[in-house]
Amino acid sequence: MKELRFSPLQRVLHWLMAVCILAMLFIGVGMVSTVLPKYLPLVAVHKSLGIAILLLALLRIAVRLRYGAPALPADLPEPMRIAAKLSHYVFYGLMIVMPLLGWAMLSAASYPVVVFGGLHLPAIVPASDSLHTLLWGLHYSLAFVFFALILLHLSAALFHAWVRRDGVFEAMAAVD
Amino acid sequence: MSQPPVAPKSNSFGSLALIAGIAAIGAVAFGFTAGWFSPQRLTPEKIVQALAPATGPSLGHRRNHAKGICFTGAFEASGDAATLSHAAVLARGRYPVVGRFNLATADANAPDATVRVRGMGLRIVPPDGQEWRAALIDAPVFPVATPQAFYELLGASASKAPDAMKSFIGAHPEFLAFVGWAKSAPWTDSYAEEKYNSLDSFIFTDASGNEHAVRWSLVPAAAAVAISPEELGKRGADYLEQEIAKRVQGGPQKWSLVVTVANPGDPTAAPSVAWPADRRTVTAGTLIVDQVQDEADGPCRDINFDPAVLPDGMKTSDDPFPAARSAAYRVSYDLRTAEAKDYPRSAAGAKP
Repeated sequence: MKELRFSPLQRVLHWLMAVCILAMLFIGVGMVSTVLPKYLPLVAVHKSLGIAILLLALLRIAVRLRYGAPALPADLPEPMRIAAKLSHYVFYGLMIVMPLLGWAMLSAASYPVVVFGGLHLPAIVPASDSLHTLLWGLHYSLAFVFFALILLHLSAALFHAWVRRDGVFEAMAAVD
Repeated sequence: MSQPPVAPKSNSFGSLALIAGIAAIGAVAFGFTAGWFSPQRLTPEKIVQALAPATGPSLGHRRNHAKGICFTGAFEASGDAATLSHAAVLARGRYPVVGRFNLATADANAPDATVRVRGMGLRIVPPDGQEWRAALIDAPVFPVATPQAFYELLGASASKAPDAMKSFIGAHPEFLAFVGWAKSAPWTDSYAEEKYNSLDSFIFTDASGNEHAVRWSLVPAAAAVAISPEELGKRGADYLEQEIAKRVQGGPQKWSLVVTVANPGDPTAAPSVAWPADRRTVTAGTLIVDQVQDEADGPCRDINFDPAVLPDGMKTSDDPFPAARSAAYRVSYDLRTAEAKDYPRSAAGAKP
């Protein structure tokens, strides 16, 4: 049974990041919609959490390369197989790209990037209004792509669990 | 959670419906958080839109305090305010400054004599990168006590209803203190002669961890020369910018950075209420303005003077404005940087 599941470290990373990324997306759309005092702590958390997700994503890709993933069920139809593989590449891409876009967008606007209550990160792109506009637009639009993909991922996971019952959900389930 | 339900296969329609329902709940929760179902929520976009004149915003410019001119110089910290805050920028030393003199108008082409309130944006950058940004105005009190009231003030000012301002003042009598200043205080003939005030209160934390509620002001070295708005109007629509450029060319202009410390119990949440005049003050240092640059190509152009950008040793208080200003300034910044083609740099050959 063991080889049918992701390694414990992979499962921990998956669920930890699931919580972080969901929190990140909700904080993101919430913070830009308000002028209340909570705006400032939300932005501060958004930045720190973004850098945390970037680090976790790098670790996660390294772990994935080291441990691989359980094979998909042999009887999984080809379109679903392709969708599963493709969506995971997009997930890994977004986990890396979104924090970098946020960081770069702040850099392009000459904002200080301070995370974890005092760690000052350097600018990663030069100050530029056009670059800021491009990066901000991408950061904003991709957030909705990210959330839509999460809903699709959740739906697919539950489809595996409740309809196909093929062990794919159990491979990443939090508990045995 | 890990054990698959043992329902028969024939129930897959129910499972699919449940899955769709869960995804829908997720989408609705996201939309709710984003405010899509909360039309009453005061968003930064609403404030920014309400600032726009009837003729539309000045594209490429700040959505408020749209007319301005850049300056550079230095802040010479005396070290005296280090007893209030351990911020690096208050430790004795000389730190580079980028700033902006501005008029509190949404119209980037407004004639100087038509704008009552003048302001200053300030960015002080010590070597450790713990920078301090501030946006100050020359009024001694802010017109209203809350961001919501500010939004209502914008609505009342733009309203054609005859009683709009009257009913606004009825609901927000604190506005009268600002009106009193606006009607009675003399106008000056130079940006260099203005005292600029933070109005918002902030919390300074000293090296021992003690917190001090403070406000700050930049007190000019230049003596104020009163001028009537009519006389100012005769000197030209952009007189203030021409005057400050010329004056700084003749010699650096200076302001003392005076930090006022609240007594216990002084109101910190409402920038519309001045603290009594006898409060303790500490002179933190001197702002020296030694160069002035046109905004189109100037170093202040693409800086957001966000008053919530504070170094370690300073933080916001229970005053709700720095957060609201930070949110609204961000929207203004995002809009104007996307409209750069509407405000060409002079190097491109089309100086506005």
